[in-house]
Amino acid sequence: MDKFNTLTGIAAPMPLVNIDTDMIIPKQFLKTIKRSGLGKNLFDEMRFTQDGKEIPGFVLNQPAYRNAEILVAGDNFGCGSSREHAPWALLDFGIRCVISTSFADIFYNNCFKNGILPIVLPQEQVDALMEDARKGANARMTVDLEAQTVTTSDGQSFPFEVDPFRKHCLLNGLDDIGLTLEKVSAIDTFEKTAAQARPWV
Amino acid sequence: MSPKTLYDKIWDAHVVDTQDDGTCLLYIDRHLVHEVTSPQAFEGLRMTGRTVRAPEKTIAVPDHNVPTTLDREKGIENEESRIQVEALDKNAKDFGVHYYPVSDVRQGIVHIVGPEQGWTLPGMTVVCGDSHTATHGAFGALAHGIGTSEVEHVLATQTLIQKKSKNMKVEITGHLRPGVTAKDITLSVIGATGTAGGTGYVIEYCGQAIRDLSMEGRMTVCNMAIEGGARAGLIAPDEKTFEYVKGRPHAPKGAQWEAALNWWKTLKTDEGAHFDKVVTLKGEDIAPVVTWGTSPEDVLPITGTVPAAEDFKGGKVEAAQRSLDYMGLTPGMKLTDIKIDTVFIGSCTNGRIEDLRAAAAILKGKHIAPGIRAMVVPGSGLVRAQAEEEGLAQIFIDAGMEWRLAGCSMCLAMNPDQLSPGERCAATSNRNFEGRQGRGGRTHLMSPAMAAAAAVTGHLTDVRDMMADAV
Repeated sequence: MDKFNTLTGIAAPMPLVNIDTDMIIPKQFLKTIKRSGLGKNLFDEMRFTQDGKEIPGFVLNQPAYRNAEILVAGDNFGCGSSREHAPWALLDFGIRCVISTSFADIFYNNCFKNGILPIVLPQEQVDALMEDARKGANARMTVDLEAQTVTTSDGQSFPFEVDPFRKHCLLNGLDDIGLTLEKVSAIDTFEKTAAQARPWV
Repeated sequence: MSPKTLYDKIWDAHVVDTQDDGTCLLYIDRHLVHEVTSPQAFEGLRMTGRTVRAPEKTIAVPDHNVPTTLDREKGIENEESRIQVEALDKNAKDFGVHYYPVSDVRQGIVHIVGPEQGWTLPGMTVVCGDSHTATHGAFGALAHGIGTSEVEHVLATQTLIQKKSKNMKVEITGHLRPGVTAKDITLSVIGATGTAGGTGYVIEYCGQAIRDLSMEGRMTVCNMAIEGGARAGLIAPDEKTFEYVKGRPHAPKGAQWEAALNWWKTLKTDEGAHFDKVVTLKGEDIAPVVTWGTSPEDVLPITGTVPAAEDFKGGKVEAAQRSLDYMGLTPGMKLTDIKIDTVFIGSCTNGRIEDLRAAAAILKGKHIAPGIRAMVVPGSGLVRAQAEEEGLAQIFIDAGMEWRLAGCSMCLAMNPDQLSPGERCAATSNRNFEGRQGRGGRTHLMSPAMAAAAAVTGHLTDVRDMMADAV
């Protein structure tokens, strides 16, 4: 997993609420057995017509936002299925940070496993960031994970909360499984005790 | 000792390690695996030389991609789908996990197979790379969906890195009226709380109307906890639970059964335990409902009319307008005037035997409306066999419906069972998202009885009218 420290980039505004994982990556692209290459199908049915032509009105098709690295989105982003293909597609497109008033639980977890930072902020702050994102490619937003701040192109700064353990993993690009395997003796002990207490499991 | 909720108790019994910041390592008792969200996880194990820590607690079954047509033994036509199912065949064999291949009569939707085979037991932690893992909460098991990185983590360590969620109580008091089902409960709850209403919580469903439900009804309720945003939904186990579990192939037997039962009986929320959020609905107030829009929170009683975007507030105004456009609906029209093209009865929400019985009760001696395409897809090979034995299959066939083999099918349309653009479907599944059942497809969610009623009339229908008709 790539480290996440600071990111300065173009933010694309997607004010729609309840953007679900079927929108982010429709099911026909879940048939892959790889993690890579999904960026070209990110938001496929919103981004392209059935015969594969770009839909000009869609934000990521607009010249200003083709290289967006941040999404500012409506409430409850990433609801629906557990498909990790959603963060894989975002990452493959180049999105490293999503900002919203809330995220669906599984999507939120999946982001951290892939070096994407999901940021939760109150409505009025997301509204301010949405306005900033609407300014286009010349307005760069800055996300500083160490300092836990998002700063708009005109210098307005908002602090955000992030779980300390997840922050540590993201800053250092750490592999969860490696970390857990350091605790293998605790797992062994738990298994022995549980096998006594609940032998039917 | 302070009083605990059911969630607290199951959580506490599975904590392996707690860090200073509250991040826990949680032991996983059952790991269910299907073909779509697992190939990258098994590949990750291979690349790092890791093994599956507890193959005896890992159960795999292909369901999302499998064809449900009667000729499926000839194989999967779509190359990518075929590769994915073949990858699961190989991974299950290479890593030695329990496996129900497509050819096995026990094959079916993972969330139907788990309980059916007795893998799901009260007080367990159950995970699967699928959001509808919440289904297993009906047994008083802590069950939730995970992403593929977490699938790999569980395969390698039999644990998950988790922070505890908050406790939420959803109480359904009193009794349901005739024609109202578990599906109407779960949709009505989401309609009341919204799709983010449960975010950050584990829900415990309780109250007389929940206790009155069968195990299958409880699975329907918990299945859609995720649609309300909750990490998991739980129902305290009781005699019905124990009765359902007893004698299943992987349920404990003999002295172990007695020991298990002793513990299971302690699995209930203590008097005075704290809930961070409480929602109460009266059972008598719940009507047969349908969804009109493209979010599971877009729920209305079937007697209602299509709303206007202005009826909503904030960001939902734009979303509602988008839904109306996508669904091709005009504000003010009666829901019962909405004509349908297709009926889908099945899925992990409503693909069990009682669901098929409920649909068959409406369809018996009737025929589906002209021009309607209707398919019934049992949740497992065993559900299919039982429906045939009970004569339900013949009722569906006589009514002009397609009687299929088990799989996820048109719930998410990864196999050839899909809607065409503009095609409108009465579905017993769990998501009405844009494109969910096929690009441009329009989905109305409802109970099996309501879907059966719609199949007969060709438009959304209040099943209670048809029940009066039957009397």
